[in-house]
Amino acid sequence: MNQDIFVVAEHLKGSVEDVTYELLGKGRELAGSTGGKLVAVLMGSGAEGLAGSLGAADKVIYVDHPALENFNPEAYAAALADVVKANNPGLVLVPNTSMGMDLAASLSVRNDLPLVAYAIDVAIDGGNAVATSQLYGGKVNAESVLEGDTVAVSVLAGSFPADAGKKDGAPDVEKAAAPGELDNLKVRFKQLIEPEGGDVDITAQEILVSVGRGIQSDENLPMVEELAEALGGAVSASRPIIDNKWLPKTRQVGKSGLKVKPKLYLCLGISGAPEHIEGMKDAELIIAINTDESAPIFEHAHYGSTEDLFDIVPALTEKLKG
Amino acid sequence: MNIIVPIKMVPDLVDELEINEDGTDLDRDFLSYKLNEFDDHALEEALQLKEEGDATVTVIAFDGEETDKALFTAIAKGADNAVKITGDFEEGTASHVLAKALAEAIKGMDYDLILTGVQAADDRDGQVGVLLANYLGVPHVSVVSGVTLSGNTATVHKEYAGGMMAEFEVDLPAVLGIQAARETPRYAPVSRVRQIMRQAELEEVEVGDVDVNVGSEVRRMFTPEAGEGAEMIEGDAEEVADKILEILKEKGVR
Repeated sequence: MNQDIFVVAEHLKGSVEDVTYELLGKGRELAGSTGGKLVAVLMGSGAEGLAGSLGAADKVIYVDHPALENFNPEAYAAALADVVKANNPGLVLVPNTSMGMDLAASLSVRNDLPLVAYAIDVAIDGGNAVATSQLYGGKVNAESVLEGDTVAVSVLAGSFPADAGKKDGAPDVEKAAAPGELDNLKVRFKQLIEPEGGDVDITAQEILVSVGRGIQSDENLPMVEELAEALGGAVSASRPIIDNKWLPKTRQVGKSGLKVKPKLYLCLGISGAPEHIEGMKDAELIIAINTDESAPIFEHAHYGSTEDLFDIVPALTEKLKG
Repeated sequence: MNIIVPIKMVPDLVDELEINEDGTDLDRDFLSYKLNEFDDHALEEALQLKEEGDATVTVIAFDGEETDKALFTAIAKGADNAVKITGDFEEGTASHVLAKALAEAIKGMDYDLILTGVQAADDRDGQVGVLLANYLGVPHVSVVSGVTLSGNTATVHKEYAGGMMAEFEVDLPAVLGIQAARETPRYAPVSRVRQIMRQAELEEVEVGDVDVNVGSEVRRMFTPEAGEGAEMIEGDAEEVADKILEILKEKGVR
């Protein structure tokens, strides 16, 4: 594997996303093992100023083009492919986010290089990158060795501390030409759509009672509402509940929902898929109730029970109402 | 409008997953398989598009555990055609190989839109939809939860964190990775599926070895210790409720 570590910088509405700092922090450590440079790849339009927020990198490669003003799967993939081809880094770290999912697999095919996704850890071992992926809904981890001069790993957000990648400094900015493909795109960005204003702002709640698939039916929600009320909190949910339209999108915790940090996160019938964990793992106290004792949620909870939630919820509500 | 929906079976995550003797894959001997839930959403979105306009829906899957049932179920739900890819593609095959083989099978077909599930529980080396789009040389947008068709373009909503979405216009043909269909995926009654199994036929397409460099290999697979982080509360529901109250008081939440 070549020596330099590249990090694809993700930004939205004029600011660099935290996952970028998480990758820069890890990238710095990996560049230490390979003896290479840590380089951030920034793509945008008139966004060169963002390089100033990437002080942890030794260098920023910046591609400027009107089509890169907002993320665009086709435009960003084309620009990234060119940058990687021209510079031959050893490892390209891409966030395994909504944006990164369009980029990482494209880079792998366009540049014919190996990709491992869903990584929660990356190391250098015997000159190769080794990535640990979280698979099967968080139930199994797989450690893969990537072979090649240039390889790519897409990393789940929240895998590394962001602080390690936040550093003051003004890295050198090297401008790279935008590929011609950007003048004739088949994917066109139209607009950003802000989330609808919510009935309840779950990010401002100190206590959340969160429900998942285990709740079985929306007819069981009133029971949970009652518990949340007795606790002085609100009800939030994992993705399947929102997809079933049992609760509005504003109540969704997780990767494509909201990130919450309540004092208490009581989860009922939530298995704890990585996408959900990403949104709640920083809660101060996590109590999980799930009849599946192998549910990944128990790895992240402080306390757990495999008793039936349909027994615990009424019992707890009654005691709270005293 | 021809819509293709590649679907894939994945191990049922409700089951206990065990690791094989080499420690490099699941022990697949006793696994049960089910349709990847995101693929079910992709199929639902395709059926919704069919119902609001003039489209045919073709479902395509690799031969394997539960494949026939899943394909017949898709027809029972309203898909027009079902294609089974035969060849050497056993469960656990790398995404790159599956995507390349799908591209081989699909490239001769007449298609405008390919809807895949955004991801699967086992796509260690990348999401099949985006890989497929790149092998076919067509545009892609993943993490989509909203598709509107108009002539030769699709307007799609891509989900970002925090409930934010981006709207894109995409020239067809294209691949979209569906996160969630506009409606909860429909259910096909077992009796209907049985009836379809007697009447309908699966088309078969054989794909030979594909030339693709996966470039990564699993050297160790392991289950993170279940319950490692959580202190498990013993007892019946009453006792658990009492203990939870105690914890809440101790932590100052009550």
